[in-house]
Amino acid sequence: MNLSNMLLMRNELVLILVILILLIADIFVADKNKKTVNYIAVGLFAVHTLIGFIPLKEGALFGGMFVTNSLVWGFKNILNVGVLLIILLAVSWLNKNSLKNRKIGEFYILIFSSLLGLFYLISSRNFLMLYLSLELSTLPVTALAAYDIFNRKSSEAGIKLILSAALSSGIFLFGISLLYATGGSLYFDVLAGNIGHSYLAIAGLVMFFAGLAFKISLVPFHFWTADVYEGAPTPVSNYLSVISKSSAVFILMISLFITLNELKDIWIPMLYGISILTMFIGNFFALRQQNLKRFLAFSSVAQAGFIMMGMLAADHLAASSVIYFLAIYIFSNIGAFGVVQAVSLASGKENISDYNGLYRTNPKISLILMISLFSLAGIPPIAGFFGKFFLYTAAAGKGYYLLVFIAVVNVTISLYYYLLVVRAAFLRRSENPIPYFKSDVFTKIGLIIVVIALFFLGLYSPFYDYIDSVTHILNI
Amino acid sequence: MDILTLFVVVPVLTVFVLMISKGIKQHRVVALIGFSIQTLMSFNLIYQYLQERAAGNHSIMVFTRDIMWFSPMNIHYAIGVDGISVLMILLTSIIVLTGIFISWKVDDLPKEFFISLIVLASGVFGFFISVDLFTLFVFYEIAVIPMFLLIGIWGTGPREYAAMKLTLMLMGASALLLVGILGVYFNSNADGGALSFNIFEISKVHIPVSAQKLFFPFLFVGFAVIGALFPFHTWSPDGHASAPTAVSMLHAGVLMKLGGYGIFRVAMFVMPEGAKYWANFFLVLVIIGILYGALAAIKQKDLKYINAYSSVSHLGLVLLALLMMNDIAWKGAMLQSLSHGFITALSFALIGVIYGRTHTRIITKMRGLLNVIPIAGALYVIAGMANLGLPGFSGFVAEMNIFVGAFQHTDTFHRVITILAVSSIVVTAVYILRVVGMILMGPTTPEFKNLPKIAWYEKTGTFILVLFIVLIGIFPFWWGGIISDSVIPFIQNLH
Repeated sequence: MNLSNMLLMRNELVLILVILILLIADIFVADKNKKTVNYIAVGLFAVHTLIGFIPLKEGALFGGMFVTNSLVWGFKNILNVGVLLIILLAVSWLNKNSLKNRKIGEFYILIFSSLLGLFYLISSRNFLMLYLSLELSTLPVTALAAYDIFNRKSSEAGIKLILSAALSSGIFLFGISLLYATGGSLYFDVLAGNIGHSYLAIAGLVMFFAGLAFKISLVPFHFWTADVYEGAPTPVSNYLSVISKSSAVFILMISLFITLNELKDIWIPMLYGISILTMFIGNFFALRQQNLKRFLAFSSVAQAGFIMMGMLAADHLAASSVIYFLAIYIFSNIGAFGVVQAVSLASGKENISDYNGLYRTNPKISLILMISLFSLAGIPPIAGFFGKFFLYTAAAGKGYYLLVFIAVVNVTISLYYYLLVVRAAFLRRSENPIPYFKSDVFTKIGLIIVVIALFFLGLYSPFYDYIDSVTHILNI
Repeated sequence: MDILTLFVVVPVLTVFVLMISKGIKQHRVVALIGFSIQTLMSFNLIYQYLQERAAGNHSIMVFTRDIMWFSPMNIHYAIGVDGISVLMILLTSIIVLTGIFISWKVDDLPKEFFISLIVLASGVFGFFISVDLFTLFVFYEIAVIPMFLLIGIWGTGPREYAAMKLTLMLMGASALLLVGILGVYFNSNADGGALSFNIFEISKVHIPVSAQKLFFPFLFVGFAVIGALFPFHTWSPDGHASAPTAVSMLHAGVLMKLGGYGIFRVAMFVMPEGAKYWANFFLVLVIIGILYGALAAIKQKDLKYINAYSSVSHLGLVLLALLMMNDIAWKGAMLQSLSHGFITALSFALIGVIYGRTHTRIITKMRGLLNVIPIAGALYVIAGMANLGLPGFSGFVAEMNIFVGAFQHTDTFHRVITILAVSSIVVTAVYILRVVGMILMGPTTPEFKNLPKIAWYEKTGTFILVLFIVLIGIFPFWWGGIISDSVIPFIQNLH
C-alpha cells in the first residue's frame, strides 16, 4: 500500500480532517462566540462535499476489504449532499437549543463520525469491515438522539435506539459468523463462490438480513422507529430516516446481489413478503398519526417497503431503480423533515391539526411541504414519481404484477395521509394559525436546494442514465 | 419549439407570470391573456392541421416529435395529434377560457386559483398530445391532482370530503392504469422487437391474447373511472356539487373526457383482442350507468347534482359507443365527448350564475327566474334543449351517430342494450323539462324579485359556449369529417 493508493479513501480522509479541525476549533472558540462553530462546520463540510465531486480512481485497499468505484463514489456524493442539507437545516435549531456549558461542535463531530462509518459501510467488501463500519455509524447517532438531554423524550429515544441497535448488531454478527462457517471467508466475492444451499447458510442469511432490516426499519423490525424519530431532535430523525437508512439499503443490496446470489430463491420470497408487510403496516399506522414526526416515521417505513419491492427483481434495472429512488427519497424526506423542523422551531407545534391554515400565513414553506409530500407520494412531475415508477418497472419486469398491484394500492392509501397534511395546510382555516415566521438563511438555502433537486432529478433524465451506467459495475 | 409542445410550455409560462403578478386585477388579466394566447394557438392548430391534411399528409399522427427521455427503459417524450386530439384541444382551451371569465370574481386566493386551473389545463393538453404511454400517464396525473386544491379550497358544501374522495378515486384509477401500462410495456417485445411505451409501435406488435385478456380491464377501468363508469362514478356527483363553477365546468367538460379518449386511443388500440373479449361485460356496466345516471337525475333537488348525474349518463353513452366498436359509433363517441363538453360546461356556468344570485341550488326554492334574469334563463333553456338532444344543437348529432352505430349490431344482446340506451333519452327529457319548468317558469319567488343582472364576463363566457354548441349542431359534417378521418386507422386496427 502506497500513498497514492491511500487516495482511494480521499472522501474518508477529508472527512477525518474536517472532524479533527472541528475538535480543535471547538476548544479554541470562546464560549460566547460558540455559534461561529456552526459556520466553521457548515463551511468545512461544504468544501468536503465539493471535493467529493472530483472524480476518483477505482481500486481496492486493505486486501480488498475496502473498494472504491464510480457507483460507491456517486453514492457517497449523494450522502454528502444529504448531510450538508441536514446540517444546513440544523443550524437554527442548534443556535436555539445549545446549552450553556456544552459545545456546539460535538453535534457536528458526532454526525460526521457517523457519516464516516457509513462511508466505510458502503465501501466495504468484507463482512468484518461491514460490521465495524456499521457500529461506527450507529454509536454516534445514539448519542445524538439523546442530544437534547433535558428532554425526557430525547433521552428515551437515545436509550431505545442504543438497545435496539445493540440487539440488532448482535443478531447481525451471529448471522455473519454462520455465513463464515459455511463459506470459510468473510470476503464478499470469495464467499459468493463457496456459499452452498445448506440450512446453515439460510440461517446466516436470515440473521444477517434481520440485522440490516433494523437499520432500514422493515417490518417486523420497525418498532423503534416511531418512538426514536419522535423523541430525537429533528435533525437527527432526519439523518436516521434518510442517510443511515439509505446506506443500509445500499449495502444490503450489494451483499444480496453479489454475495448471497446463490440463495436468491430464499431471499426473493422473503423480500416479497416483507415488502408487502412493510408497505401495509407502515401505511396503516401512518394513517392515524397526529404528530408529524411519528407520521413521517411511519411514512418512511412504508417507503422502505417500496424499495424492497424494487430490490427483489434482482437485476440491473432493479439496482439502478433502487439507487435512483434512494437519491430522490433523501431529498423528499429532508424537505418534509426540514419544514416540520422549521415550524416546530418557530412555534413549538408538531401536530397535523396545528398546521391548519398554514398556507395563509406562511405560503412558501407550505408549498415546500406540499412538494416534498407529493414527491413522497409519487405525484408527477416531482421526482418521487419517477423513482416509484422505475421501482414498479423493475418488479413488473420480472413478472411480479401482483406485487406491483399491491404496491399501487398502497400508494393510494399513502396518498390519503399525505393529503391529510396538505389538507390541513391548504384547505383548512384556523382561528389561531401558526403566525408568520422567518427562517434563517441556512434553512432557506437548504430548502431551496431541496425543491430544485426535487424537480430536477426527475425531469432531467441524464441523472438516471448516469446511475444506470454505474450500476453495470455490479455485473448482474 | 414545436407547435404542440407550446401547449404545455405556454401554461407553464403563464403560471410563472402569475406568480410574480400582484393584486387580483393583474392576476385575472394575466390568466386571461395567457389563455387567450392558448385559444388562438388551438385555432391555429386546427388550421395547420387541415392544411397538412389537404397537402396530402395521411399519416395517422401529424406534427409528431420524438425525443428520447429515459433511454435505459426506452421512454420517449413522444407527441403528435390527429383530428380528434386537435378538436379536444380546442374544447379544452374554450372551456378554460370561459372558465376564467366565469371566475372573474373569485376573490379568495385568486392567484392560486388561476395557477391551479392552468396547471390542470396543461396536464390535459399534455394528455391529448401524448403518444407515449409514460408521457401520457405523467400528464394524466398532473391533470388530476390540482383538483384536490381547487375543490378543497374554493369549493362549497362538504368540499373536503368531496375533494378527498375525488382525488383518491381518480388516483386509485391511475394506479390500475399504471399496472396496465406496465403489462403492455413488458409484452411489447412479443414479436421480438425492443420494449416500447409508444402506442403506435405497440399496436403493430401482437401482444399475446392471454396478456391482453389480463391487462385490458386494468387499462379500461383505469380510464373509465374518470369517464364515470358505473360503479366507479360516485366521485363525480360529489365532486361536481362541491366544486366552484369553473372547476365543475372544466371537470365535467374536459377532465371526464380523458376517460373515453384514453380508452379509444390506448386501451382498445393496443389490445384489440382484449377489448373484444371484455366488451360485453363492460357493456352491461355501461348500460347500468346510463340508466342509473338518468334516473338518479330525476330524483335530485340540487341543480349541480342533476347535472352531475346527467353527465354520468351522457358519458356512459360515450363508453357505450366505444364498446360497440364500429366507425359510426366511434365517430359518435368523439362527437359526444366534444358536444357534451360544451353543453355541460354551459350548464355548470349557468348554475354558477344562478347560484351567485340566489345563493341556493335547490330547485324547489326557486320559481320564475326567467322573469328576473332573462338572459341566463334563456341560455339555461338552450343548454337543456341541447342536452336532451334537440336537432340543431350538438347533442343531437352526436347521439344520432352513437345510436345508428349501435344499431348495426344485429344480435339480441346488443339490440337490447341499444334500446335501453335509447330509452335513456326519454328520461333525460323528463329531468331537464322538470328543472326548466320548476325554476324558470311561473311566478317569481318573492325574495328573488330583484336579482342583479348578468354581468359582462358571465355573458362573454356563456355566449362563447353557446356559439360552439350551435356550430356543431349546424355544421355537423365539418366536425364529423375531421373526426371520422382519424377514427378509421383505429377501427381498422381492431378488425
